[in-house]
Amino acid sequence: MATGVFSESRAKIKERTLRTDRWWLQPLITFSVLMSFIVYATFRAFENKYYFAEPLVSPLYSPCLSTACVDGTSPLGQPFNSQYFGIGISPALFILIFPLGFRLTCYYYRKSYYRAFWMSPPACAVAEPHAKYTGETRAPLILQNSHRWFFYAGLVFNVILTYDATIAFRNEEKEWGHMSVGTLVLVFSTVMLWLYSLSCHTCRHTIGGRLKHFSKHPIRYKTWTWISALNHKHPTFAWISLFGVAFADIYVRQVASGAWTNFYFF
Amino acid sequence: MARKLKLRIWRGDATDGGLKNVEVEANDGEVVLDLIHRVQATQMGDLAVRWNCKAGKCGSCSMEINGKPRLACMTQVSSFPEGEEITVTPLRAFPVIKDLVTDVSFNYRKAMEIPSYEHPKNLAPGEARMEQIDVERSQEFRKCIECFLCQDVCHVVRDHEENKKSFAGPRFFIRIAELDMHPLDMLKNRKQKAQEEHGLGMCNITKCCTEVCPEHIRITDNAIIPMKERVVDVKYDPVRWLGSKIRKREGIV
Repeated sequence: MATGVFSESRAKIKERTLRTDRWWLQPLITFSVLMSFIVYATFRAFENKYYFAEPLVSPLYSPCLSTACVDGTSPLGQPFNSQYFGIGISPALFILIFPLGFRLTCYYYRKSYYRAFWMSPPACAVAEPHAKYTGETRAPLILQNSHRWFFYAGLVFNVILTYDATIAFRNEEKEWGHMSVGTLVLVFSTVMLWLYSLSCHTCRHTIGGRLKHFSKHPIRYKTWTWISALNHKHPTFAWISLFGVAFADIYVRQVASGAWTNFYFF
Repeated sequence: MARKLKLRIWRGDATDGGLKNVEVEANDGEVVLDLIHRVQATQMGDLAVRWNCKAGKCGSCSMEINGKPRLACMTQVSSFPEGEEITVTPLRAFPVIKDLVTDVSFNYRKAMEIPSYEHPKNLAPGEARMEQIDVERSQEFRKCIECFLCQDVCHVVRDHEENKKSFAGPRFFIRIAELDMHPLDMLKNRKQKAQEEHGLGMCNITKCCTEVCPEHIRITDNAIIPMKERVVDVKYDPVRWLGSKIRKREGIV
């Protein structure tokens, strides 16, 4: 039986949409960019090499928690084995679930991939191809409600990546007071990750959005207004931080593999 | 300067209908509703169209213009490129009555299902005092003119008629958010009801409601997502749940 815009009682229009603009362009770009990142990140997660070039650690491998990790790649030690049941496991696989989960459950990325990947809907006022829809009311999509847990985990990762960006002010002999192109790349990536996290809707809620009386909590209210201003730019930070992480990893990989030389300013 | 414009207007009722081509004169500064009125006055005397204020404040002239839900009185003819045909149809999420007029009673039924404001029992009328910073979030939602463009564009009901039973829609999520953020509202289970009875969980935050709102209310960012987070507080966050039990408070103050 016809449903949606083709329901019996609605205006008889045979087109799924009458939009005349290029509504398909945005989901297409989103799909292409996210897909490219997924393919690259998957390749890197399994590559299991070229993630460290003193003093630079790739954000896709940090903290490097496996016993197979190179010394100096984790401030938290190496609690995991490099093999389980005889199968070698890349250290990236122990940690990537957290930043991945944070982005996967992010309200902005949800909008993006529901439109671009699942076409639910592909664009506003463009009929979706699915016969049924239950949204985020049942498994697996009800797990989107776990976003705040990934947000908290993401903050821990931001602290670790800040540590990585800080030690990037050393040279290859571990002497402080130096700066290279790699330092700038890691600092930029980390700053963008912090902005992405702080502008997050869950952060906005936790800081003050959940309050009923702002007047009783002036400091939280003030902080909430700052976070709200950042929240306007959340989609921008989501994309820039994604590119920042990808570029930081590419840079570290190229330096670690010997393809590029990490130029030191001082 | 006057120019000739090609319009395609949907004409018909629930049994049948289709797009009719007309050519109409358009003058500088005119909006699509002006063209529809000119067509009605000169070529289609029985064309049905709902309108009232012609100032973007009554929310009556909601329709779809080139496939996008818009107010006809706020859509400048000059916003379309020279020579582009303009297609005007009724809202496609609601039953059509005649031509450009749809039956939007779904929204009124949903409005009646939303629990109203509950005043504190210890405050007599006239005794209530609120600070501006406590009410300004809710005031954004009071700008709603009930044009129902957000309801029309929301794919949850637009593309799935069967969901109308269990889904209130973005207009009523801002109503729920307005009341839940109200500093004096005493209703305890508004968040649970939003999730369990009004279908908040069905929203997948694709933000089309925000895109079409003529009052530029940030429906998704300021109402729906905050409500989803408040639902997480009471339904999916064991730490907050435990904290509320230990500290003997609702968790939101």
